[in-house]
Amino acid sequence: MRIVCNGEEREVDRDIRVAELIRTLELDPALVVVECDGDIVIRDEFESHTLKEGSVVELFRFVGGG
Amino acid sequence: MLSIAGRKFASRLFAGTGKFSSSAVMIKAIEASGAEMVTVALRRVDLNDPSDDIMSVLDREKYFFLPNTSGARDADEAVRLARLARAVGGGDWLKLEVTPDPRTLLPDPVETLKAAEVLVKEGFTVLPYINADPVLALRLQDAGAAAVMPLGSPIGTNQGLLTIHQLEIIIEQARVPVVVDAGLGAPSHAALAMEIGADAVLVNTAIAVAQDPVKMAAAFAKGVLAGREAFEAGLGSHRTEASASSPETGLDFLR
Repeated sequence: MRIVCNGEEREVDRDIRVAELIRTLELDPALVVVECDGDIVIRDEFESHTLKEGSVVELFRFVGGG
Repeated sequence: MLSIAGRKFASRLFAGTGKFSSSAVMIKAIEASGAEMVTVALRRVDLNDPSDDIMSVLDREKYFFLPNTSGARDADEAVRLARLARAVGGGDWLKLEVTPDPRTLLPDPVETLKAAEVLVKEGFTVLPYINADPVLALRLQDAGAAAVMPLGSPIGTNQGLLTIHQLEIIIEQARVPVVVDAGLGAPSHAALAMEIGADAVLVNTAIAVAQDPVKMAAAFAKGVLAGREAFEAGLGSHRTEASASSPETGLDFLR
């Protein structure tokens, strides 16, 4: 199925969970925050939260700033 | 010792972590600044370069992270960024900044107050970045802000305390700590802010883009310390007429 991840379309496995997506992208789950269709997915729900066809996913992390 | 929302800080210099040429230089400069509080920003993960993450670079045992809402142009965007920052594990502290105009990066007072009211209700410890407006500072204090962060001059301009007279009023009126933020381009600017009674200063650009950021960080640390000590020592008032430093007696033999 297709999702939109950080503004780009991406082909992923059907019903992929957030935790799997993070692993696929080689990100550290302890350092990112996920927003799915406008709602924050808390870290405890990474393993259980499944994405749907057309889900809009945003991944954020801290960078240097003033 | 400086206390904000019940938390003690030995250093009155807060350091920004943006604009450094490398993580290695940033770490050394922050170390040299003696800062305990460091600001960070929240951004989309760059999926082409996911390693660019500050939490894996700076030791969170050693530094207290103050996430900012930089990039927010209205209250809704700031609230969204705040909630995301908390979810990533940034804690409840927040440097609230709402800057609608990228050219001036001046903070929007109405949207900042609106966002502060929402975020205080949600349990955030809110430190709003504001123009040096004494009325707004009081309004934010009444809304539950843990400190106020008025600007000396616009972000990244190195112009120092263009707002000094309003800063003095803010400091005189405030019941919460005043952290002078933005525009401090030299240690003397930081020292002046501390001399007039600011509780702390936040410096980023002047350190990060210096030829030698580590040396500049140490220089700012000294400036902040000198200014604070002068404030505590009690500065003399300005006079229009001279006042002799040497005795005016014992001069009878001259005339």
